[in-house]
Amino acid sequence: MSRSTEPLIFELSSPGRMGVDLPACDVPSKDLGEVIPEHLVRSDSPDLPEVSEVDVVRHFTRLSRRNFGVDVGTYPLGSCTMKYNPKVNEDIASLPGFTSLHPLQPVEDAQGVLRLMYELEQFLCEIGGMDSASLQPAAGAHGEMTGLMLIRAYHRARGDAGRRKILVPDSSHGTNPASAALTGFEVVEVKSDSRGGVDLDDLKRLADETVAGLMLTNPNTLGLFDENIEEIVRIVHEAGGLAYYDGANMNAILGICRPGDMGFDVMHFNLHKTFSTPHGGGGPGSGPVAVKEHLARFLPVPRIKKDQNGSFYLDNDCPDSIGKVSAFYGNVGVCIKAYCYIRQLGSEGLSSASKHAVLNANYLLARLREAYDVPYDRRCMHEFVLSAARQKKAGVKAGDIAKRLLDYGVHPPTMYFPLIVHEALMIEPTETESLEALDAFADAMLKIAEECEKDKDKVLSAPHTTAVGRLDEVRAARKPDLKWSRD
Amino acid sequence: MPYIPHTPDDRERMIRTIGIGDVEELFDSVPQSLRLRRPLDLPPALSEMELIRELEAIASENKGAQHYVCFLGAGAYDHFIPSAVNHIVRRSEFYTSYTPYQAEISQGILQVIYEFQSMICALTGMDVSNASLYDGATAAAEAAIMTLNRSGRKRVLVSELVNPHYRAVMRTYLSQGLAKLDVVRSSGGVTSKDDLQNLLGQDVACFVVQYPSFVGTIEDLSVLAEMCHCVDASLVVIADPIALGILRSPGDLGADIVVGEGQSLGNPLSYGGPYLGFMGAREEFLRYIPGRISGATVDREGNRGYVLTLQAREQHIRRERAYSNICTNQSLNALAATVYLSLMGRSGLRKVAELCLQKAHYLADRLTGIRGVSLVYDAPFFKEFLIKTPLPADRVVAELRERRILAGVPMGRYFPDMDDCLLVCVTEKRTKAEMDNFAERLGEIL
Repeated sequence: MSRSTEPLIFELSSPGRMGVDLPACDVPSKDLGEVIPEHLVRSDSPDLPEVSEVDVVRHFTRLSRRNFGVDVGTYPLGSCTMKYNPKVNEDIASLPGFTSLHPLQPVEDAQGVLRLMYELEQFLCEIGGMDSASLQPAAGAHGEMTGLMLIRAYHRARGDAGRRKILVPDSSHGTNPASAALTGFEVVEVKSDSRGGVDLDDLKRLADETVAGLMLTNPNTLGLFDENIEEIVRIVHEAGGLAYYDGANMNAILGICRPGDMGFDVMHFNLHKTFSTPHGGGGPGSGPVAVKEHLARFLPVPRIKKDQNGSFYLDNDCPDSIGKVSAFYGNVGVCIKAYCYIRQLGSEGLSSASKHAVLNANYLLARLREAYDVPYDRRCMHEFVLSAARQKKAGVKAGDIAKRLLDYGVHPPTMYFPLIVHEALMIEPTETESLEALDAFADAMLKIAEECEKDKDKVLSAPHTTAVGRLDEVRAARKPDLKWSRD
Repeated sequence: MPYIPHTPDDRERMIRTIGIGDVEELFDSVPQSLRLRRPLDLPPALSEMELIRELEAIASENKGAQHYVCFLGAGAYDHFIPSAVNHIVRRSEFYTSYTPYQAEISQGILQVIYEFQSMICALTGMDVSNASLYDGATAAAEAAIMTLNRSGRKRVLVSELVNPHYRAVMRTYLSQGLAKLDVVRSSGGVTSKDDLQNLLGQDVACFVVQYPSFVGTIEDLSVLAEMCHCVDASLVVIADPIALGILRSPGDLGADIVVGEGQSLGNPLSYGGPYLGFMGAREEFLRYIPGRISGATVDREGNRGYVLTLQAREQHIRRERAYSNICTNQSLNALAATVYLSLMGRSGLRKVAELCLQKAHYLADRLTGIRGVSLVYDAPFFKEFLIKTPLPADRVVAELRERRILAGVPMGRYFPDMDDCLLVCVTEKRTKAEMDNFAERLGEIL
């Protein structure tokens, strides 16, 4: 395929061209100098492009064709749950009854959306085995941060001031330690054992009176369910800490088991993973937090409540709350889509989604386990991690394999994560991929494994069929070019 | 189930390949004691048709800016969105993609982010920008944290004329042991220079001010910048991007970091979200900027392309040493903003700003022509202004709602001595007829 580039919108600019048709001013105009001090008025308009609507639409449509989404093909990006995004949910979230609501309108005008949000909180609590929830966090990492603030508030309210540490497994998502540090905690890593679970001895050694909590994903980032989960939570609780569940991997366990029943005190959901809302090229997501009763009074304000007449209102009168974490009530438009998904699937549909997600991952693992190393060779849950250690010996790295996959028309797996696996390739097919799509992906992976031995250069010089070739990331970081400039 | 394509034959084949007898075996690692032995207590599943019917009913219980004439602002604005914006945002190559980790097949969104960064820099007068933050409020908190990290100081000052919702979010973020947050009082609708001078000191990392302020007023940032810079504190400005079509850029007036709410740029009200926070900063803050940044580079054949860059700052590399935990942000909303700003262009954005300004001043004149109604401040304002009425503001809002007018945001909920004050906002969408009607109806009830 021939490479191609798309000019920047600024490079399409032509002085005097307009992309919008605005009405004339229908009120008597004042002289600008009369209402704003002259030195606060811009002397020159901001340097934005001057293009027609046709230019704009063609430019961004062409750019869209230089982008790969779930609607284009298989996207087995581990830990990201790139399942299909139902179209009906997009249409529903675009209804004017939702999109035209101002957040500060009287609640009488927002009864529909408040009911939806109230019910979604209840659905999430039921799915997670929790008691109360808040939809306010805008993304998974924002949910983590909020959850950690709740943990801090809980200990503080008990006068337990010495708890400054958060334990995270060495296999955890990077956001876990970053969120803990941002909320003022000291981060302590817990080792994984030889089976890929939390090393109980290491955990026991670390769990003391300085521990505020443990953050855990289960199934973990290796795609393995930690069989010792009850023991792990018990150790943390006995030390006086709380257990935080990172919901990134909820797609493995819907209707099968629940974090609340495992003993977790607080968790977040990723509506943009588990509940089918699109990722939007990097957001908007939504990261609701859910808690057990003993943490409910600390949840962010406002809380959505129902009065005796069945009307919904926003309650700001929560003296123990950690406060607000978003300007308003969270990414409501995203919440609507997740609500639709849960209503359409129901209990049986949700657990069927998890069962098929796990089935798909195990099928791929079975097809690939001979050609690649499997560092933790057990049955997996919704995802699994391969190692390209064998291919690396032949001179091909995990990143090269990923780039070669682009030529086969699929999105590569997550690379080099979790950090405890050498040359990691983390694969999460999700339940929405058909057997044919899984086979096409497996065939491509097998073909590439073969190429690594017989035609290494083809892999090392990949991708060959994409709009641009392999990009120089080192140059991008060394000589940052972060915006267009006129010269 | 339309989203799970497996046939019974497919399942059979897969089970055989895996070497198990039943799908249930795959869950053997989940302890029996933890298995949920009942269905989840959720409403029965709906078909697509039933779902649409049910959700249309829920949507119809809401009455927003399509039903009322909306004069609400205070951080969320009813601006015009050209049709082309939504047509691009609904290209599923964009909205069904993840964060662009594989640059070669993500050139679309990476170039959009690069263009977005360029536009934010042009508007704010800043050197560098990022892919977006959750909303204006968290962007303000993140900006304060940047100045804390860079200076090693432990105190942040915020103007009392910063949106109270934003101040609340800043308080939540900073009270996790990061810094002390002090409020700088105002006088006559602008920052009290005396109070700022008293509170500024060598321990202050930054002063955060809003432009125009929460109550709509415009103040001279250059004086504030000078005062901050005297003690090596940074000036963080929360700006309305529409106002920046006409107002001098904060960068030009001495700001060090400029953040704001980008909802006005092509994103619907949507009951408060999803919106997007934007951020521009001076070069020296580059290493402290949270979130994703797109940078231009070349491929092996010399073709221009874009990648996520400076990732060494970020959580997936630095983990607990990262300055921010941001991962997913608001890319699709940033796409809407980029398309919006492209359509508006140089002259369009200025025209939108002028329409807002002229109409707001017209309405202010009309309302203050009513006996007993006055402007609270005489400071210059942009598209929002604060009026005082003889009736409690809550009552005014309730009465005008009956006449299909959303009159404004009552200030009593934010400032205890302002029960009779109403914050009114006028965008380019409001017509003379709507404003005349507002004035007449208000006159009737007073």
